[in-house]
Amino acid sequence: MHVTIDEEECCAAGQCVLAAPEVFDQRDEDGIVVLLDAEPDESRYAMVRDAAAVCPALAIVVHE
Amino acid sequence: MTGVVVVGASAAGLSVAETLRRQGFDGRITLIGDEPELPYDRPPLSKEILSGRWPDERVWLRDEAAIAGLELDLRLGVRADGVDPAAKTVTLADGVMVSYENLVIATGVRPRWLPGTEGVPGVHVLRTLADARALKVLLARQPRLVIVGAGFLGAEVASVARTAGAQVTLVSDLEAPLADVLGRDLGALLIGAHREHGVEVVTGVLVEQVLTAGGRAAGVRLADGRTIEADAVLVSIGSVPNVEWLAGSGIEFGNGVLCDEFCQAGPGVWAAGDVASWRHPALGTRLRIEHRTNAAEQGMAVARNILAGGDPVPFAPVPYIWSDQYDLKVQIYGLPRGADRFALTEGSVDERSLVGLYGKDDRVCAAVGINKIRAVRAARALVAAPTSWDAAFRREGTTV
Repeated sequence: MHVTIDEEECCAAGQCVLAAPEVFDQRDEDGIVVLLDAEPDESRYAMVRDAAAVCPALAIVVHE
Repeated sequence: MTGVVVVGASAAGLSVAETLRRQGFDGRITLIGDEPELPYDRPPLSKEILSGRWPDERVWLRDEAAIAGLELDLRLGVRADGVDPAAKTVTLADGVMVSYENLVIATGVRPRWLPGTEGVPGVHVLRTLADARALKVLLARQPRLVIVGAGFLGAEVASVARTAGAQVTLVSDLEAPLADVLGRDLGALLIGAHREHGVEVVTGVLVEQVLTAGGRAAGVRLADGRTIEADAVLVSIGSVPNVEWLAGSGIEFGNGVLCDEFCQAGPGVWAAGDVASWRHPALGTRLRIEHRTNAAEQGMAVARNILAGGDPVPFAPVPYIWSDQYDLKVQIYGLPRGADRFALTEGSVDERSLVGLYGKDDRVCAAVGINKIRAVRAARALVAAPTSWDAAFRREGTTV
């Protein structure tokens, strides 16, 4: 699995951090998504897929 | 296995289809939408699309290849007309009948019109991409625009229209617009921002009539006798759930499709998104939420419950909404409506940067942030787990 994010698209909802806190964070100043782990461990695949699915801005793309 | 039929091809419907596939469901999924477009996202319509900051193509929820990869029986531009739960069939407006094992109702809501104004040239609503395009064409002419209703949608359009150079009058029947959801202080903060940007805000008065000249909207008459001239009128006074097509089916509906805590409305019948009214197990109340994140989360929950067989999981989200107006980003976790107290935990109204908590019956029921993105996410925990008002402030500290 390879994860990419689109900062331009991000609306800073923070839903990804709630779904997969080990993989996503937010910048302090504007809440834009920060990718902590672009190649997450298999044990985190399900939460990363959930994070991508709940992102209201569709800013997370999961390549599998 | 005769598969899953999803009626409604917007955020909730697509979420159902995608989650089913992600969970390994390889049966037939029929996705039916009355709009001709591929599934698209609605929150940007009143923000990035209307302002022109995004090109139209960024509004698609998934590109064509991703949609094709779901291997859907996709039927767009056709309405579902009725359902027969005994025969387990859905009838479409083109006469086609589709059978299902599980039906998901995700037909959303439609705008409420002022009586007699639907179809009058110059009177707009904003729900669909077509609506947004029409409104964008209008804004390019820097019109005089009256916005009837000052909820989040009306306020967002006011912000975009004003920034685009329109002369905007925002009319609300409430004395304190947005105070019903945000409380008086924050409602006043937002309305104040509109006034500072040059929006004429008229409160506490009903719009009695849309005036026309030569068959086109020419303004509004208020209940107190005043008239406001305009080139166009936007009606943003709330929505109506699309449930009429279920009449006679035996599926219970009222203010939405009436579901249990699993989002189930009957054997093999489910609902998700704006149209679904379900019993929130933690809040102990029936909810119908018209917000984007709920559509995605509820769609996921329904798909999982369909696949869970006899072991479904109650749907118990922490509701989340956001709104962008001028340079203010408002984020709310939980349900502030009906709160009996409010206090800030960080920042201040003057700084236009704050986090606040709403409480009801001595419990934290919602957290709001204005331009405080990370801090309000942290405060969400106080909403997600039952937290007493005092305990929250022992943890958070307070500036009040």
